Amino acid sequence: MLTVEGVRSAYGRIEVLHGVDLEVRSGEIVTVVGANGAGKTTLLQCLSGTQPVSAGRIHFRGDELTSVPAYRRLRRGLAQSPEGRQIFTNLSVEENLRLGAFLFTDERVDRDMQDAFAMFPILREKRNLVAGGLSGGQQQMLAIARALMGRPHCLLLDEPSMGLAPLIVAQIFEVVESLRARDVTILLVEQNAYGALKIADRGYVMETGQITMTGPAAELIADPRIREAYLGI
Amino acid sequence: MDALLQFLLSGVTVGAVYALVALGFTIIYNASDVVNFAQGEFVMLGGMITVFTYQAGLPLPLAAVLAIAITSLVGVALNKLALEPARGAPVVSLIIITIGASIFIRGAAQLIFDKQLHRFPSFSGDQPIHIFGATIVPQSLWVIGGAVLVFIGLWLFFTKTLTGKAVLATANNRLAAQLVGINTGWVMTLSFALSAAIGALAGVLVTPITLVGYDVGVGLALKGFAAAMLGGMGNPKGALVGGISLGLLEALTAGYLSSQYKDAVAFIVILAVLFVMPQGLFGKSTTERV
Repeated sequence: MLTVEGVRSAYGRIEVLHGVDLEVRSGEIVTVVGANGAGKTTLLQCLSGTQPVSAGRIHFRGDELTSVPAYRRLRRGLAQSPEGRQIFTNLSVEENLRLGAFLFTDERVDRDMQDAFAMFPILREKRNLVAGGLSGGQQQMLAIARALMGRPHCLLLDEPSMGLAPLIVAQIFEVVESLRARDVTILLVEQNAYGALKIADRGYVMETGQITMTGPAAELIADPRIREAYLGI
Repeated sequence: MDALLQFLLSGVTVGAVYALVALGFTIIYNASDVVNFAQGEFVMLGGMITVFTYQAGLPLPLAAVLAIAITSLVGVALNKLALEPARGAPVVSLIIITIGASIFIRGAAQLIFDKQLHRFPSFSGDQPIHIFGATIVPQSLWVIGGAVLVFIGLWLFFTKTLTGKAVLATANNRLAAQLVGINTGWVMTLSFALSAAIGALAGVLVTPITLVGYDVGVGLALKGFAAAMLGGMGNPKGALVGGISLGLLEALTAGYLSSQYKDAVAFIVILAVLFVMPQGLFGKSTTERV
């Protein structure tokens, strides 16, 4: 579904991705784990089009995506829940969700919003409140729900566990896993390697802008090098 | 009593003009957080282009529509040529760019048109209407009606339409707006076109009363800005109430005190209000969690 070949990207003169190869197949949950500063977020930004790619190619559902502007990628079925949530803080929860379905005006929008509320009941409770007033965990739920409103085939999730209490993190991972049943393919980028690998089918380990290991998630969890470097076991 | 009514009527007329300028500020501010100080120039262009195309023989309504359309294009050009290349610069730099653009447009208007004051005929004649001993010219009703209609239109646009919400979303978080599929470049183009069109409309409506010259924009931009600040920047309701209040303050001061003090009193009241309510009368106090 999503193929990344030799992608390089730089901030000014400093290259942070040195040729990344990666594949996500339809229906999978794939995770990219790695330390802070490894280039995971930059990789996702290249995929969503908010960071320029200096070399390499991205294919999504058979089409080349590399030079498609960011705002057109959701039309192709690729959504992103970005790092730091990036919700519309001045607008209400409901307006945030409605804007998630900006591309659509049919009756399915209402149904999807009810689905979102069913998934995150707290959002229904707070739907008329300004989103900037939500707690961190609620904002993360809103960011995921908003991305789903765009009816993506593939969802890019950037650090959904960042800065959240362990209980909330567990809840978020549960929801991510439940998306499998909704036919949404997921690329999950996480510093919380254990949590991410536990729900994923396959994993990639990223270090200083390169993929250094890849394999089924269960194998990665069992790998002594990973256990030592990322799982703290 | 007659005098009071007279002052109120002229205050509302002037206030409606300020409100139209303030509404123009509102749109660009909502889309980009930028206060566009070239807004007054849009008013001037609306009036001037109508004057010259009308003198060239076009019927007045056609001249007015043409003026509004051309001014919209100037607004779009301002965004494309001056603001878009500076994308990513701090908002203060962008505001300074709009001040530069305002000086440029004024200079260009001086060359293209002239330095005289002009007017064209009122839309519904100049026969004053008598109301309880006070009088009002029919053109004032056009100005007030125009301001109210633009206000209602904008209010519906921002609260009821998805496109309006897309404008708000773009201002709030450009990155997230792109991720939900909003073409943020197009939103900016739309905002500048709309804002310039509203400014030009104000110029068309008010020229038969106040006349138009190449340099009328500066004062109007300042007053419109003050009105927008008073009402709460970014809020159409605030722009309308702020504009009308400012007009009334000026008219009452001019009537009962002295016309020399009208600006001073108006600004003292604005400062006092902002001192107590820094967000303006209808501004949202924003809280953000990180």
